[in-house]
Amino acid sequence: MEHGTPWLSSSLIYLAAAVLAVPLARLLGLGSIIGYLGAGIAIGPWGLSLVTDPRAMLQFAEFGVVLMLFLVGLELEPKRLWSLRRPIFGWGSAQLLGSTTLLAAVGMAFGLDWRLALVGGFALAMSSTAIGLGVLNERNLMPTTAGRSVLSVSLFQDISAIPLLALLPLLALAPAAADGGGGWLGAAKAVGVIAAIIFGGRLLLRPALRWIARSDTPEIFTAASLLLVVATAALMESVGLSMALGAFLAGVLLAESEYRRELETDLEPFKGLLLGLFFIAVGMSIDFAVVLASPGLVAAIVLGFLIVKALVLVLMARLMPVPLGERPVFVILLAQGGEFGFVVLQAALGAGAVAAQPASLLVACIALSMLLTPLLLVLADRWAAARLKSGAAGPKLDEINEPQHAPVLIAGFGRYGQIVGRLLAANGLQATVLDHSVDAVETVRRFGWKAFYGDATRLDLLRVAGAERARLFVLAIDDVDQSVECARLVREHFPQLTVIARARNVSHYYALRKLGITLIERETLDSALLSARSALEVMGWQPHAARVQALRFRRHSIELMEQMAPHFEDERKLIAIAKQGRQQLEEMWASEREQNAERAARAGWHAPLQRTVDEPRAD
Amino acid sequence: MSDIVLIAAHPQLGQSRVNGALLQRAAGIGRVAVRDLYALYPDYFIDVAAEQAALADARLVVWLHPVHWYSMPPLMKLWLDDVFAFGWAYGPGGHALQGKDLWAVLSTGGPESSYRPDSYNRYFFDAFLPPYDQTAALTGMRMLPPLLQHGAHRVDDESIAAHVEVFAQRLARYPDWPEIAELDAAPACEVPLDARPVD
Repeated sequence: MEHGTPWLSSSLIYLAAAVLAVPLARLLGLGSIIGYLGAGIAIGPWGLSLVTDPRAMLQFAEFGVVLMLFLVGLELEPKRLWSLRRPIFGWGSAQLLGSTTLLAAVGMAFGLDWRLALVGGFALAMSSTAIGLGVLNERNLMPTTAGRSVLSVSLFQDISAIPLLALLPLLALAPAAADGGGGWLGAAKAVGVIAAIIFGGRLLLRPALRWIARSDTPEIFTAASLLLVVATAALMESVGLSMALGAFLAGVLLAESEYRRELETDLEPFKGLLLGLFFIAVGMSIDFAVVLASPGLVAAIVLGFLIVKALVLVLMARLMPVPLGERPVFVILLAQGGEFGFVVLQAALGAGAVAAQPASLLVACIALSMLLTPLLLVLADRWAAARLKSGAAGPKLDEINEPQHAPVLIAGFGRYGQIVGRLLAANGLQATVLDHSVDAVETVRRFGWKAFYGDATRLDLLRVAGAERARLFVLAIDDVDQSVECARLVREHFPQLTVIARARNVSHYYALRKLGITLIERETLDSALLSARSALEVMGWQPHAARVQALRFRRHSIELMEQMAPHFEDERKLIAIAKQGRQQLEEMWASEREQNAERAARAGWHAPLQRTVDEPRAD
Repeated sequence: MSDIVLIAAHPQLGQSRVNGALLQRAAGIGRVAVRDLYALYPDYFIDVAAEQAALADARLVVWLHPVHWYSMPPLMKLWLDDVFAFGWAYGPGGHALQGKDLWAVLSTGGPESSYRPDSYNRYFFDAFLPPYDQTAALTGMRMLPPLLQHGAHRVDDESIAAHVEVFAQRLARYPDWPEIAELDAAPACEVPLDARPVD
């Protein structure tokens, strides 16, 4: 081979596969993870066979999972992690032990050797952190109860992998000689490394980052971020601990630091790409030879272990409790096998606890189950949507079938929509509420709202909600794309509706404006102006003068937005108008201040008249 | 083309019998530009430039409001404070309103009989009009005889309809009113330059 080519050609293959497959999968409504997995299958040994050694790539790409856990850690301050200790250790151990025991029991019931049953049970009980947290990120579900529960269980699995891997040799068919002492030494080392990470993180990381940040070289800060994660991972790896767990710990320690946002933005793209690579590698490593040799057995194992794990998870979801609407996600995201299963099986194979043939069979089953997860999620979505549409969504969500007649429709009932809705309700106006969060819907229903779970970007749902007869449509969805899509639908199909919209930012404002909506509020403008008023007051302005200045600023800002509206695609022109507008305002106010100062000076000379800034008028 | 601008101020227009009917009627007359202050400025933040521009071409300025505490509603007073600025409406260079007519169309809650020395309002209603009259004089406007509706809460529907009809007729016929022929021109009120030590 010519030099340089392997690197170049493999980059070409991976990137091209991802770039083609992911948008395609998203277009089909399947999500990016399926896209990556599909790309992996396509280029792998059983597809076009463009890549022949998926194992190596899998090891490299596992770093994506490590980065992901670092970023998850960054979002979780130590205090919040501490508050999660019960879900982590309680529910985490319930999941792992419950699933392992059940799976092993089923295995033994089918006449397997107890060692194989136990190792297989452990391997299959593990879930895929990459898929679980990846999906949570993709769907923005991290802050939900289900999201936190998935994270807790995943963390426990990561933690428990440590003693688990240490115990595997004990299950070996032919016990290896004398390793008891090594175990103790290893444990001591492990504790030492974790302590080093915690104390080092507390004492050294921040000053080090400050020193690097002061060098004012952005790429060096990025390099330092990567180095930090790589070093932590290497440290953990050296004592046989989970790299991901170490990265997670480092992330938690930096969660309160001032560099959190910067670290996040620097590492996010690396994480995304490496995680994608990881999924591609998983797709490639599905051994279709094993699958094709005994398709029935593989199908039975995959279905069997998914069902067993799902049983445990359903029971847990009920006891925890996870809100009803989030349960499908919770169960599906933890039911599949995971990358740790690969590690366990490999270690068990190395230790001689299982034979090669069942091990590769289980690896194939785990990989298949990972492929199934996103597909199951899509199915669950469709099912939930269909259930909603058919009106069979349980006792609490069964009124959607009955057409609604309220004169006001509110799409999005979070912090924004609720304030609008409550004020309307307090004035005796009825509103029909649509929100895509089952949790929110259940909560507000308890307060007597006609709230429905549903995606306001769906025409049929808007019809059932009464969009054809309503007068007012309050668009308070927080997701910009969904908001614009919903606005487009409403303008197109229900032109009689007056739309009152919430804009997250300026480009959102223009997108709505372009659709002909005029009643748009930028969501932060007024609260920011109230803070600015307080600031002026603290700095000595008379409260009423501060109010007038804030109102003048508001009027100016809105006029400027309107002036800019026709040019919102021409960025250069926008910037020019904005600059000019700001300059005008500043000059006008500067000259006013001058006049007032002069006037005050003259007043001081002639007569001690009290004058305030806000009274330019006469008498 | 409207040569009459009507400045309306009623904080609870929805509950109004008289002002609401008058406003609705005026809005249907082509030459009248209606400016409903409580609808335009619910936050009490008046666009002075827009208001002054609206007044610029008018021959007749109508003030339509209920009388609250023997005076105008607060937003109307703010409008006056902000829009009738020194150097625009009065004082040196303040001739923007010169030569226009001002017509107050007012309603009171109390009946006419209450505006007597022996009743609870103690004064004839005319006693409350000098501030209007002098505002018109200082800005060079001619004050036309006000149109009043007393006892706005109790008056019967026919009376209101008749009142609205008179109002509409006047707006349509202006300046062809019998009273106008008898009016003197507005008295001249020059504000001397040293009257405002501060400016």
